[in-house]
Amino acid sequence: MQNNLTEKIFIYSVLLIWTFICLFPIYWTATTSFKTAASVTQGLLIPWLDFEPAWKGWKNLGLSPDTIFTESNPREEFLARFFNTALISSCASGLAVIMGSFAAYGLSRFNYKFGFMRNPDISFFFLSQLILPPVVLALPVLVLYRELDLLDTHIGMILIYTLTVLPIVIWIMRDQFNAVPIELEEAALVDGATVWGSFFKIVLPIVLPGIASAFILCLILCWNEYFLAALITSTDAKTMPVMVASQISSQSIKWWNMAAISLALCFPLIVAAIFLERYIVKGMAAGAIKG
Amino acid sequence: MNEINQMERDPLYVVSPSYISPKTKRFGKVLVWSAFFLMATIGIIQILYNLEKISFGFKNWRPLLYSYILWAIAIGYSRVLIYGEKGKRNLFIFPAVMFIISIVIFPMLFGLYISFTDWNLSSLDGRKFNGLDNFYQMVSDPYYWNSLKNMVYYILAVLVEFAIAFLLALLLNSQIKGRKFFRVVFLIPLMLSPVAVSWMVGKSMLEQRFGPVANFARWLGWETPTFFSSPEIARLTMMCMDAWTFIPLMIIMLLAGLQALPKEVLEAAKVDGANKWTMFKNIIFPIMLPVSLTTLVIRIIFKLKLADIIIIVTAGGPGGATDSVTSFIVREYRDRSNVGYGTLLSFVYLILIIIFMTVLIRFVNRWLQRAA
Repeated sequence: MQNNLTEKIFIYSVLLIWTFICLFPIYWTATTSFKTAASVTQGLLIPWLDFEPAWKGWKNLGLSPDTIFTESNPREEFLARFFNTALISSCASGLAVIMGSFAAYGLSRFNYKFGFMRNPDISFFFLSQLILPPVVLALPVLVLYRELDLLDTHIGMILIYTLTVLPIVIWIMRDQFNAVPIELEEAALVDGATVWGSFFKIVLPIVLPGIASAFILCLILCWNEYFLAALITSTDAKTMPVMVASQISSQSIKWWNMAAISLALCFPLIVAAIFLERYIVKGMAAGAIKG
Repeated sequence: MNEINQMERDPLYVVSPSYISPKTKRFGKVLVWSAFFLMATIGIIQILYNLEKISFGFKNWRPLLYSYILWAIAIGYSRVLIYGEKGKRNLFIFPAVMFIISIVIFPMLFGLYISFTDWNLSSLDGRKFNGLDNFYQMVSDPYYWNSLKNMVYYILAVLVEFAIAFLLALLLNSQIKGRKFFRVVFLIPLMLSPVAVSWMVGKSMLEQRFGPVANFARWLGWETPTFFSSPEIARLTMMCMDAWTFIPLMIIMLLAGLQALPKEVLEAAKVDGANKWTMFKNIIFPIMLPVSLTTLVIRIIFKLKLADIIIIVTAGGPGGATDSVTSFIVREYRDRSNVGYGTLLSFVYLILIIIFMTVLIRFVNRWLQRAA
């Protein structure tokens, strides 16, 4: 019994310490966005007790209660970037999920032969894209985009993001389709459905949760992507990470501003983590179990 | 040929009506070729226009892109016309294959060419073929080798991350209250954008005058906490920040493995009176080996792309101590506009990665076979 108690204490203390490590940066950023210059430099921690919270960071962003209904250039800018990021990442994820699911289904159901390439080779061809570091593609794509007039456009960003997440979709969806019994489709085919018909009417509804988790995972990756966006975009299609990064490197860092803007960048994903945890975990765990 | 195809039946076998009229077949072929000629014509016009041989042409290469897409669609459609049901099956993987070929293979071939040229964006000369000069420059570039050495350190850090993640996954899998809460909280760091993490952790919490971590370090007795001035500590700091974001990924994968452990085996061991440590050493760890190795491989793949936080927080400093290969190449592009050389460096990196991953995966597979 004694032993059991020390064990319990150990488990919970480790878990709580890690919880603290996970949450403290977010807490710190959230409180910093309400600090004034004086309370920042003193490194004060607890609002109301240590310092009096002010809407400092949010006012500059145009999102505090007294500025929300007035004209604000930073807010316009921020919302434009937010909209860009949302549009690009959702389109790219959507495209990747559509193409990836088709490919994964094909690979799990039919034998292909393209020259010397057979199914395992084709799978490897898809998955090997995961290893490709973005820096290898970055410059050739940059030059290609300049020739095609795709630099700093939404379409260009969507295409390159689709590419980066496509292998992940294929990886997740292949397992999902392998788990669906083939007999279901065979029955449908006997009843006179076409291959594509049975795919849409029978298989797709079954794997819908898997598709959802692949989509969410892609969305997260695209939302956070910085490296390629920094190279390809300049004004029109600039995404939030690029905007935040450019503010970080500008000389006069206003702490409360940066805190507010970093938090705004992360906020949608923190909400997603809380409500969609099941799907996110499912997507990421998919590859691990298969081994 | 036909016999082979029949011998290896598709997992999902479709009996398809086999007759397709020659007229349809011919139409399919004509479609592809006409789309191809349209693309070729546009391409030739554009090349001639760029060489100033003819006076009419397009503003940029975009029309070529459109005709390329048209051609790709024509190929897909003609598959169905020519091969019938079999062609429809090809349509499943056709879009993804075409997409990757167009966005990866073409640019890569072009990149391969660039990497053997002297091309500096800031000079007016444009690009010049210079053979192996870039390669010789790379061999004698201490900073590139330094960044490769740093990558070795960064990858070794994965083992420490793995140990921490395994411990946390084991604890999460034990009988605890509020597992849902812990799981959500542990997931959160992974969701944060590296850019935001760079500011939240790298720039603000590690600020040496009034960042909370610096205050904490002072309280512990470290007189002058600086996290980015000495090379070793700077590298360690970057490792910790990267670990902080990616440990959740490892926890999730390992936890999934732990939850799939066969319950009977664990129960039987408990009945036999095995204590926690022997159970872990003799049962849990061996069964978890495949999952563990997959997790490690995936984590290493992500680690090889490490760049964002380094570019933003230290820009490789002090003296290149924190440089990853990617961040080094980016500086080569951005600060020195040295496009040809940078591209060569990235291709050498790619080749090294391919060799490393091949060896790693082979090694992992052999280990798994021996364990099984």
